[in-house]
Amino acid sequence: MISVRMRVNGSEVSVALEPQVSLLDLLRGRLGLTGTKRGCDQGACGACTVLADGERINSCLALAVQYEGRDITTIEGLARDGEAHPLQTAFVRNDGLQCGYCTSGQICSAVGMLAEHGAGAPSAVTEHLCSAAALTDAEIRERMSGNLCRCGAYNGIVGAIQEVVGKEAVR
Amino acid sequence: MTQTEVRTPPLRETTGSAVGAPIDRVDGTAKTTGAARFAAEHPYPDLAHAALAHSSVARGRITAIDTAAAAAVPGVLTVITHLNAPAMKPPPKISPFNLVSLATGTSVNYLNTDEVHWNGQPVAVVVAETRDAALHAASLVEVAYQRLEAVVDFAAEEGNAEPQKSNALQSGGARKGDARAALAAAPVSVDLRFSTPQHNHNALEPHATTAAWDGDRLTVHEATQGIAWTRGQLALRFGVPERNIRVLSPYVGGGFGGKGMVWAGTVLAVLAARVAGRPVRLELTREGVYRTVGGRTPSTQRVALGARADGRLTALVHTSVARVGRVGGGGEQITSQSRHLYDAENILLQQNLVTLDLLPNTMMRAPGEAIGTFALESAVDELAYKLGLDPIELRMRNEPTVNPLDGKRFAHRMLREAYELGAERFGWPERTPAPGSMRDGRWLVGMGVASAYHPSWQLAANVTVRLSADGGVLVRCAFQEMGMGSATVVAQIAADALGVPVAAVRVEYGDSLLPGGPAAGGSAQTASIAASLLPAAEKLKRSVLALARRSPESPLRGTRASGVLARDGGLYPADGRGAGESYPAILARAGRDSVEARVGSDTRVGAMVSQARTVGKVLNDRRRWVKAACGAHFCEVRVDPDTGEVRVTRWVGAFDVGRVINAKTAASQLRGGIVMGIGMALSEETLVDPRTGRVMNPSLAEYHVPVHADIPPIEVHYLDEPDPTMPLGLIGVGEVGITGVAAAVANAVHHATGRRVRDLPITLDKLL
Repeated sequence: MISVRMRVNGSEVSVALEPQVSLLDLLRGRLGLTGTKRGCDQGACGACTVLADGERINSCLALAVQYEGRDITTIEGLARDGEAHPLQTAFVRNDGLQCGYCTSGQICSAVGMLAEHGAGAPSAVTEHLCSAAALTDAEIRERMSGNLCRCGAYNGIVGAIQEVVGKEAVR
Repeated sequence: MTQTEVRTPPLRETTGSAVGAPIDRVDGTAKTTGAARFAAEHPYPDLAHAALAHSSVARGRITAIDTAAAAAVPGVLTVITHLNAPAMKPPPKISPFNLVSLATGTSVNYLNTDEVHWNGQPVAVVVAETRDAALHAASLVEVAYQRLEAVVDFAAEEGNAEPQKSNALQSGGARKGDARAALAAAPVSVDLRFSTPQHNHNALEPHATTAAWDGDRLTVHEATQGIAWTRGQLALRFGVPERNIRVLSPYVGGGFGGKGMVWAGTVLAVLAARVAGRPVRLELTREGVYRTVGGRTPSTQRVALGARADGRLTALVHTSVARVGRVGGGGEQITSQSRHLYDAENILLQQNLVTLDLLPNTMMRAPGEAIGTFALESAVDELAYKLGLDPIELRMRNEPTVNPLDGKRFAHRMLREAYELGAERFGWPERTPAPGSMRDGRWLVGMGVASAYHPSWQLAANVTVRLSADGGVLVRCAFQEMGMGSATVVAQIAADALGVPVAAVRVEYGDSLLPGGPAAGGSAQTASIAASLLPAAEKLKRSVLALARRSPESPLRGTRASGVLARDGGLYPADGRGAGESYPAILARAGRDSVEARVGSDTRVGAMVSQARTVGKVLNDRRRWVKAACGAHFCEVRVDPDTGEVRVTRWVGAFDVGRVINAKTAASQLRGGIVMGIGMALSEETLVDPRTGRVMNPSLAEYHVPVHADIPPIEVHYLDEPDPTMPLGLIGVGEVGITGVAAAVANAVHHATGRRVRDLPITLDKLL
């Protein structure tokens, strides 16, 4: 057993666990944060996406012990002062979900993706690496392609992200 | 525990306008905040975890099994094999008189036999304190087999196919005139062979069961499309009365047919819980889903079309070969759409099956039509090129006015209008017909069309509707919500039927304690529920009116049921003259907390009666009419001339699905079908080793479902004309979306490149 401390959704967490326990199993099993989903356990589907210090990661491929001292945010921790994250409401309005199983991962991934884009990170479809790429539908689709949705809600997800991007731009 | 949803406010304050409105799905907030709990997410104190060990041979007998290493893993509680498992009753024989028997995934009595029937059959279950320990221990179970000869190669066995029997629920072969002679005599003809591979559903939520016994009472949290079927099967297998079993499934992370049957994981989780004497959770690994849950059958198909020079079809031949497992699985109606789509003078349809030592196939979104339309609609396109006709024009010249096989009337058919609408929105007239004639820079551009077709169905549903003194309405029915938007449309239908806002309606579902609902299959759920919900609401209105009429002070005194209208949260004279009353006022004066109405009964006899009534109605309907959803797909692709890479760049679908109850969720369902169809067209393929019968790509890394980057904006249009023979005029939308999609892609790829690919998926190598 190894003891690990981290912040999860703003709260200090201290647990003793075996070194092979994934961050996903820590969240779902020990902390009861079942909003983070298991779809494949091999980093192929993105359903387990959470934010580590604001960066999106597949929690099924992350060993919990590696996240000592880090700040983890899950779908349950996105709301601020009781108010849903704009992406959460935009997903509902744009019907960017059906069964809901990939949804937590899609939303966490989108939060991380917007931060990456905001920091100037290019994607495989970015034409000019030196200048900031506009967040076109094609850019969003490329950057979100690590998150599978078998129900096929992709159009609604892109619509939801664009709606939030548009609002941020206006602000 | 049943559903209590956070609802979004209705679009309008007024009542009576919920049906048709594109309101947000009622469970959206629960799913976007992580609050929705799926089958593997219900906490139990003392919960243990189970994992499966799978056979590595396709057929044989277990001669020895060594569980010592597995049992020695720290945290392991027990290892269950056929040597120590308690006896279970064998699965029921499939019978049309017992619908529960249709949910038998395989006929194997798991861990009650030393026989192995497919490569991947569970041979041991490990129960441990953690999932990690159970999975690790399962990998250490050593099994020795006496191998027996196994027939596993579909391609090699195709010649041994036998005719598939038809039954009341599924169409089989058919014949009109002499299609072979007409084909031979036709001035223009095509005679083509197609193949489609096995597909797997790959719902994002792997199958999961949390099972807890309390004496001989059982609670099961299950990822299922059929609560009643799960309960019925478990009752039979474990020899306990159905009333002792509660199945809860309020959230299901996608099904697409894969969660329709009761598969090994469900049964073995319940068995493990009994053996361990503790609640047990069994979350299948992704690989475990491939090894224990059937997929869509592969197929080979022949479509031959004969036509006169003007394009009128003289012959239509469609034959298919599919597979079943030796221990289960059923034939699909692969030629179903070919009975209805074209007014051919002579028709010959045949469906054949081979039986293999593989995990049985199962239904997957639009079983039959999903792959049958690929062959038929590709062949029609090929004939159009041979005739020098526009492919839409060829279809319109052969559009029937009555069912081509037998002259039955169509309950509703607007395929012509769907093509007109789709062609206009897509810009079809701008297409130049010659293959390879359209380019965008270095990309070859292609445009293709194909028809969508799916029969409409209804199943039995028991429903209760309760009106409370505060004017709130509660609808209760054990239906399933896997993301289709069922809970939302049920709330909309109830709101209009009782004249209340959607926000006043609460819907409980996904719990076997509720009145028995239909399984989610055959695109039938919404119509099935509506058929009971509407009369239940009518009964409720009459009861409420009766309460009002008893009181001398009520303005409704003396008003007849036919003269009242439910609106604005109460009952009002339909002619608009005189005053009415709100529901709370009526109930308050009568001193009632609530009034309830019910349609259907959940007693054993009652359930049988409602089942028989519904099946009788459906069969009677089918004698009179052909009922279906249909549509027109328009696809644009770009093909890289050097690499053969195909990108779908535009999609327009125009659908005749009767009345649309929720334009937003229905569009999502239709888009979802199209997305899955694009996967089927371009990338999806389950690879079965022809020597060992083992699935070689049991993962989302190696079975390629479409990702964000593969899917362009998909425009969905409805004709939105009610089908007069369906409740509220609605036709289910769950499956029609996927039909025709692969053909539209293949036809577009041909238009771009001049290459016809008749073997799915259309991978790069087939275009080089």
